[in-house]
Amino acid sequence: MQVLLSSQQLSDTIHKLAGQLAGHHKSTEDVVFVGIQQGGVMVADEMMKHLEQLYPGKTLQYGQLDITFYRDDIRKEILAPDVMNLPFSIENKTVILIDDVLFTGRTIKAALDALLDYGRPAKVELCVLVDRKEHRQFPIQADYTGAILHTSKADKVKLVKNETGNKEVVLIVA
Amino acid sequence: MQLSTRHLLGIKDLNKEDIQLILSTAEQFKEVLQRPVKKVPSLRDVTIVNLFYENSTRTRFSFELAEKRLSADTINFAASTSSAAKGETLLDTVQNILSMKVDMVVMRHSASGAPHFLAQHIPAAIINAGDGINEHPTQALLDAFSIREKTAKIEGKNIAIIGDIMHSRVAQSNIYLLKKMGAKVTVCGPPTLIPKYIGEALGVNVSYNLRETLEWCDVANVLRIQLERQNQVLFSSLREYSLTYGINRQLLDSLNKEIVIMHPGPINRGVELDSDVADSKQSIILQQVENGVAVRMAVLYLLSGSKSAGN
Repeated sequence: MQVLLSSQQLSDTIHKLAGQLAGHHKSTEDVVFVGIQQGGVMVADEMMKHLEQLYPGKTLQYGQLDITFYRDDIRKEILAPDVMNLPFSIENKTVILIDDVLFTGRTIKAALDALLDYGRPAKVELCVLVDRKEHRQFPIQADYTGAILHTSKADKVKLVKNETGNKEVVLIVA
Repeated sequence: MQLSTRHLLGIKDLNKEDIQLILSTAEQFKEVLQRPVKKVPSLRDVTIVNLFYENSTRTRFSFELAEKRLSADTINFAASTSSAAKGETLLDTVQNILSMKVDMVVMRHSASGAPHFLAQHIPAAIINAGDGINEHPTQALLDAFSIREKTAKIEGKNIAIIGDIMHSRVAQSNIYLLKKMGAKVTVCGPPTLIPKYIGEALGVNVSYNLRETLEWCDVANVLRIQLERQNQVLFSSLREYSLTYGINRQLLDSLNKEIVIMHPGPINRGVELDSDVADSKQSIILQQVENGVAVRMAVLYLLSGSKSAGN
């Protein structure tokens, strides 16, 4: 197991992404933030802390999206779902989807399917911590990328908690 | 995490982890049912037959809705309007249906053990929607889900099951489930409607006194008096049953606490439950029906994985 982003680098990257998001969206009036279970929620939880400082005095709308029921490989393995929590309307809003690793694009495709069952957003943007760009299987790109990683396809890249309880991004070589 | 079984034949075969997995998955499906689009694509490659050899409204609709909300294809079979009326055997009927590429079978049958028999002969996943006087597992699961929703947990709770315990598959499935989840269970009813050795066999308390039982319990699950059994002389008259074991407002108000009232339906109003009890805020009867869809979605979803293993 090789550490790709130490917990310090991870935290800096999330901070940087929050800055980019705030730079792009002057007002949060029609913006909602949605983390994808589970890694995306870990990233988004931390990102929201930065965003709250970048938009002082504003209440930000933040939800969690679970894609278990929308996976296209559902017949391979039945997984227990995670919590889905979108306690606001996404109708005509700009939805910022937040995920940890952008890889084949299939998770994002499933997330878009799930999202559209909640309404018709005006726009959806994608913010990812890391991008394994060369392995995309669907025409999906991120609007905000923390880091681009060059990996081989069989490897796994994961956001994990290490022994000291800090989060880090690791490479698990196949 | 996966269920330890390929079929849902009865609660008897499930372990505590299976039950918890079904209930927590059902919570997520309940969320799905609150959305503008109350549907997920999970089972769009799955075909399900609803095989009902016995009458049912609630259970059949609930299963059918659950299947549709999972995007499964469904076909419905009612024994009264099918070749079963011409004398075709259960196994022949099912094998014919399966040859049309059906993946899962939801079945209700008046013979106890019919789904177990089928499970030994066909590859499809089978969900028991009630077999004779044996089990009705999805009813027990939705009852448990509703109790948990209302009282936060099942463990340690005092649950009474009141009425015709002898002929009730709902009672049997509920007892298995509640005991596995750590609740204390009392069955209450006239001695003629409670099996003699049920106390030792299933580890429940037996009471013939309704008031004492209601004083003891947190939740009372009131069963339907099966009117078709009236001529078996198990109790003198409906009126007598209602006076001794019927639950009315006055009785509930005289208790020193507020208990939760459940009923699997259909209610005989004025027999086992008075209308002002059934329709009161203490009753969670309609929530049970609502939760039934989410719970059945969870069961179908979790068992749909066995598709590739079967075919």
